[in-house]
Amino acid sequence: MLSRSFHLEIRTPEKLIYEGEVTSVRAPGVEGNFEILAGHIPFLTALEVGELRIREGDTPQLLATSGGVFEVLRTGVTALVETAEWASEIDVQRAATALERAQAHLAANALDLNVQRAEAARARAQNRVKVASNL
Amino acid sequence: MATLREIRRRIASITNIAQVTDAMRVVAAARLRRAQENITATRPYAEKLDTILGHLISQIENPTHPLLERREVKHVCLISVSGDRGLCGSFNSNVIRTTTQRSQHYQANGADVTLICIGRRTHEHFSRRGYDITDAYVNIFRQLEFQTAVDVVHEFEQLYVDKQIDRVEVIYNNFKSAILQTVLVEQLLPLEPEVPEGDELFLDYVYEPGQEALFEMLLSKDLNMQMWKVLLDSNAAEQAARMAAMENATQKANELIDELILQRNRARQTQITTEISEIVSGAAALEG
Repeated sequence: MLSRSFHLEIRTPEKLIYEGEVTSVRAPGVEGNFEILAGHIPFLTALEVGELRIREGDTPQLLATSGGVFEVLRTGVTALVETAEWASEIDVQRAATALERAQAHLAANALDLNVQRAEAARARAQNRVKVASNL
Repeated sequence: MATLREIRRRIASITNIAQVTDAMRVVAAARLRRAQENITATRPYAEKLDTILGHLISQIENPTHPLLERREVKHVCLISVSGDRGLCGSFNSNVIRTTTQRSQHYQANGADVTLICIGRRTHEHFSRRGYDITDAYVNIFRQLEFQTAVDVVHEFEQLYVDKQIDRVEVIYNNFKSAILQTVLVEQLLPLEPEVPEGDELFLDYVYEPGQEALFEMLLSKDLNMQMWKVLLDSNAAEQAARMAAMENATQKANELIDELILQRNRARQTQITTEISEIVSGAAALEG
């Protein structure tokens, strides 16, 4: 029993992204990245913008997420995230333009600019580009 | 009595109208199906969020949070959700009427009312009548995005925490089924989370960061989700209302066409009769 598997679900407000048995999942917690294996104690944490890495077999699968909650129970693990995109489905070109736009937006520093939101948008764009290139 | 040509022209134009309304019905039906799928798709997330929030609340002795704080109601924010387009029966006017009533109700009790308008219809109506509109979101239903719900929530959440408003209500069309939609008034703030029945199988979690920080985050997410559901519901209700309205219109048009065809036949017959009697009397005059 080297790698026991457990049930994982990744849900967003718009759809159920993933449901299945995995042997490990790595997630971007607010206090640093962490990895969950089977048999973890009940655990509740907030997620940052970052990369979710799940392992079903030998090859890991990557997702770009933009923050949410992560719950570990004895019965399984659930990630509730605002958005989640498979790395393989990210349009790198589009992600790169979005990043440029977000940066230009921040650099322009308009009067009505909501800095907090602009920075969040930039972080999301950066993350998508990064996750796509990690594939 | 209308001439034969006039009747024919009317039949042609009403046939056109019936074609258009029927096409609109088909489009609305397709959009309704998609809107219903969207509602179903939120369920896994929403249910889980509710359970987690429930678990947390059952663990916290005395939940306190700015969003749970009840105050004397002096400033009210009403979120009025309509559609961007007409031709959907009383869908928009119901929301407008209920919003006006709520607004008058609060004003009568000495509170002042600000509006957040979602959908072009309410925005046009209330901005013309000089209501105090904090913000408006128009043309969002064509391509509904979760981010819109987040933006709306962000706006009134901040106002609430800053104590500029003491109560937030949303007025929208609730999608019960394809044939039944009702206008609902729901209180969004202050939040009144339900304390769930004790779940015996549940053991407390390890929290990271603290319990309170997570509670705060979840409350905010819960609010986003409520707003998102409102938008999806309103969208589905709009399509359903339009579908029904267009079906009605097509039916009425077809009834009118049937009636006009009868009139046309009668007019045609009269014309032929007149012609024959003219010919007959002409022939009789020649013989005589």
